[in-house]
Amino acid sequence: MTVTDAPPVTTDPPVHKASTRKRLIPYWLLLPGILWLLVFFALPLVYQASTSVQEGSLEAGFKVTWHFQTYWNALAEYWPQFVRSLLYAGTATILCLLLGYPLAYLIAFKAGRWRNLVLVLVIAPFFTSFLIRTLAWKTILADGGPVVDVLNTLHVLDVTSWLGWTEGGRLLATPLAVVCGLTYNFLPFMILPLYTSLERIDGRLHEAAGDLYATPATTFRKVTFPLSMPGVVSGTLLTFIPAAGDYVNAELLGSTDTKMVGSVIQSQFLRVLDYPTAAALSFILMAIVLIMVTVYMRKSGTEDLV
Amino acid sequence: MAASLKTPIKWLRRNFVVIAGLLTLAYMILPNVVVMVFSFNKPNGRFNYAWQKFSTDAWQDPCGVADLCGSLALSLQLAAWATLGATVLGTMIAFALVRYRFRARGAINSLIFLPMAMPEVVMAASLLTLFLNMGAPLGFWTVLIAHIMFCLSFVVTAVKARVMSMDPRLEEAARDLYAGPVQTFVRVTLPIAAPGIAAGALLAFSLSFDDFIITNFNAGSTVTFPMFVWGSAQRGTPVQINVIGTAMFVIAVLVVLGGQFIAGRRKNSASPK
Repeated sequence: MTVTDAPPVTTDPPVHKASTRKRLIPYWLLLPGILWLLVFFALPLVYQASTSVQEGSLEAGFKVTWHFQTYWNALAEYWPQFVRSLLYAGTATILCLLLGYPLAYLIAFKAGRWRNLVLVLVIAPFFTSFLIRTLAWKTILADGGPVVDVLNTLHVLDVTSWLGWTEGGRLLATPLAVVCGLTYNFLPFMILPLYTSLERIDGRLHEAAGDLYATPATTFRKVTFPLSMPGVVSGTLLTFIPAAGDYVNAELLGSTDTKMVGSVIQSQFLRVLDYPTAAALSFILMAIVLIMVTVYMRKSGTEDLV
Repeated sequence: MAASLKTPIKWLRRNFVVIAGLLTLAYMILPNVVVMVFSFNKPNGRFNYAWQKFSTDAWQDPCGVADLCGSLALSLQLAAWATLGATVLGTMIAFALVRYRFRARGAINSLIFLPMAMPEVVMAASLLTLFLNMGAPLGFWTVLIAHIMFCLSFVVTAVKARVMSMDPRLEEAARDLYAGPVQTFVRVTLPIAAPGIAAGALLAFSLSFDDFIITNFNAGSTVTFPMFVWGSAQRGTPVQINVIGTAMFVIAVLVVLGGQFIAGRRKNSASPK
């Protein structure tokens, strides 16, 4: 080998000092932000874990007694709300995928010079406060409003009532209304990742598939959809996770029969002031979501997505 | 006969994606249209859910409801500080993650990812336990701390995407032309990373301004705009809420279109004609 490969002599103090300082740069860049996350994200989870195994009352104070029974009691009492949350969030996620895919496809491949305008129309509704938009659904789905009238005339609501999605010829305060609100609120979180992954697909692949006598449907099934999988996975996660913990839609558009687990956590924490139960509920929700996300990511084979 | 029936079906099949996409778009915009229309309503009772009569009263007096504009000002202020905090901290983290190799990178990546993969209500509740245990008075500061915390990850992701796609040779070129490290950063690196930082900041602003769940847990008696809207849903929604919703929508459309217009012009002037 040549002389240049000899290890460089770096014993000069100034050079050495500079390189140490350089090596520390990433740590200095990370320090404030990571510290923030450790103190206000990770540490609170530890506090919550400890709260969930405490016993006591607000007056007498709480003590850690390793009272794991709280978890079983919480699950036994509130499992319907858990099941409902997962069911509603899952349905909303599937609906988001079915509704969002064509729009993302439209923006990526068909919009042409309208692309930016359509993108703006997808993002802009975001900026009207989501509570105001959710309240607007109350107007849209109102009893005696045009939507309910049309669906009643077409006897659609009879069918949905028979399925248990609605009740007595109305939409408000039914599971259907809650799912409709959830789907609406989280749709942009599905469309944007889908669009990003579709946009990356080389258009020539579609031509190649066509040249190989694939029909448009086959091209979609064998080429476009598999290549958009990263978008499908991240879109599904970005929709499902917040939807599972949401209680705004269930409270504004639903009834006491459509309560989701978020509502229970909120009222236990802020109204009943039963901190151990609230902490246990929130831990169970976190565990369920994390387990489902992990399994889902394993199954879809995109662990390196993160 | 058969042909006349076949043509529309054929047409529908050929344009399926466009029709389905536009229907989804209509579904997304419908509530905004309703908000806009009902900002011109003159409701008969406390609730503004049924159409009564056209009126521009609410537009002439958007602050006519007690506490509404106060909560709006508070939310804007909070969002501004949260954006500043999250953007500075997040940009630093993003640069460290993309530009440097060091130990604990994996752990730090997970720490950044986890807040985004956690239902909001879980974070909200756990932060509240921390504040209660520390005996911190709930209010502006606890909300600001919470907002910076959950916006941080989104800023990191946005900036990281941009910095990752940057060509490192541009910075090498700057160094070859005798630019110092500071000069290289200010004149080359920062301008290239700017769109990513701007996207992160915009995201942080809208997330913070719109947040209800985490704020609801940690605000104590402080009332932000989303909390005002939430409260009014029970007490009776004033028309002014629709006015502000409409104004926000219009401003957002103008800002985004303006941003794209500037970006488009810059691209045109940069590319050789």
